[in-house]
Amino acid sequence: MCLAIPGKVIEVFEDHGLRMGRVDFGGTVKKACLAQLPEVGVGDYVLVHVGFALSLVDPAEAERTYRLLEELGLLDELKVPEGPA
Amino acid sequence: MKYLDEYRDGRVAAKILAEIGRVTTRPWTLMEVCGGQTHSIVKHGVDRMLPSEIELVHGPGCPVCVTPLEQIDKAHAIASRPNVTFASFGDMLRVPGSHTDLLRLKSQGADVRIVYAPLDAVRLAQQHPDREVVFFAIGFETTAPANALAVTRAATLGVKNFSVLVSHVLVPPAIAAVLQSPGNRVQGFLGPGHVCTVMGYREYEALSSHYRVPIVITGFEPIDLLDGVLRTVRLLEAGQVDVQNQYSRVVTRAGNLAAQQLVWSTFEVCDRKWRGIGTIPKSGLRLRYERREYDAEHRFEVGAMETLEPAACISGQILRGLKKPHDCPAFGSTCTPETPLGATMVSAEGACAAYFAYGRHRQEAIR
Repeated sequence: MCLAIPGKVIEVFEDHGLRMGRVDFGGTVKKACLAQLPEVGVGDYVLVHVGFALSLVDPAEAERTYRLLEELGLLDELKVPEGPA
Repeated sequence: MKYLDEYRDGRVAAKILAEIGRVTTRPWTLMEVCGGQTHSIVKHGVDRMLPSEIELVHGPGCPVCVTPLEQIDKAHAIASRPNVTFASFGDMLRVPGSHTDLLRLKSQGADVRIVYAPLDAVRLAQQHPDREVVFFAIGFETTAPANALAVTRAATLGVKNFSVLVSHVLVPPAIAAVLQSPGNRVQGFLGPGHVCTVMGYREYEALSSHYRVPIVITGFEPIDLLDGVLRTVRLLEAGQVDVQNQYSRVVTRAGNLAAQQLVWSTFEVCDRKWRGIGTIPKSGLRLRYERREYDAEHRFEVGAMETLEPAACISGQILRGLKKPHDCPAFGSTCTPETPLGATMVSAEGACAAYFAYGRHRQEAIR
């Protein structure tokens, strides 16, 4: 029920005073309300739930979380003693 | 898809699992709060990849499951009226009330529609001014802004033939109820990522320090869930009580303030009954008095309902993390998604339905 999916904003428009957008979810395009995210524009990624954009997806934070995880165990690998040369 | 595929990378998952194995020295019981997380965990088998010391129990965070029978029976009473077009999220259609479900009512001639967005229900009302369009506004904090928007939009556009049957629930009081439950086993929580996208996580800091439990706000992809487990176990092993934000790409400490403002201009906190659990104080939302004209319960005066719930169901204990689907003799035999006996089987995100959908009723029988 709380399913929310990240998608890319490809168009921003007004519908009788309501700020709306067209959002691309990997090929499927749907309308979403952008009224509560005034900072969002075309090209940004947003998290959408039941036609409502909940938040901007922060690319720097996404990168940081992922890098930290990718680097897990890297230090351990460095600690492994090298075999006989 | 960007921001999805990389969080399903098996290579990274293996690294996190190795790290979890390295830091775990004793048994820990964690609860994932949200039904979407439960579904993802069972679908991807995340719980079975973990070291045997770590048990995941499934929380009460499925709003379809916990919508009380009274509200479902009211929905059925309203949907049965000849002048009503009843709009609902698809998940609610098969949920059994005391006597019937929305799908059956539809087959008997009631005008029941599935909508993707609450705003679509307002549009339906605009298109059919001769009909009373009623939207079943259920959900957690994640859905509250979209539902509040529909009410606000109807008011702005002067749509008079639109109303909402509200059955909103809130996560923090449910976490408190789990922790206060006699026999509670939960030592740490994977917090509900999308709820916190809207509300932020300040409330969880208060819960964490009051009950002395670590809470890690966690996303929904396998890598997010494994990272959430790793962070929670690290805190537990170090004896630390803290709130961490694993899902920082969308969650901030304060949340979406504009969305919160929309919610509080439309709804106010009330006591709410949870199916399978009972009444939890201050655990729900209802329409504010100023929005009363959009309240379907007020408009249609359905009154109090006499409800009937099957006695065999143990969903209340499952929702509080005390039991698992296999502990129920009815699971997979008399109780299936086609013929659900109670809360945790009625929606795809309920623990019993997720176990059933991914074949665990058969696998466990083989073991």
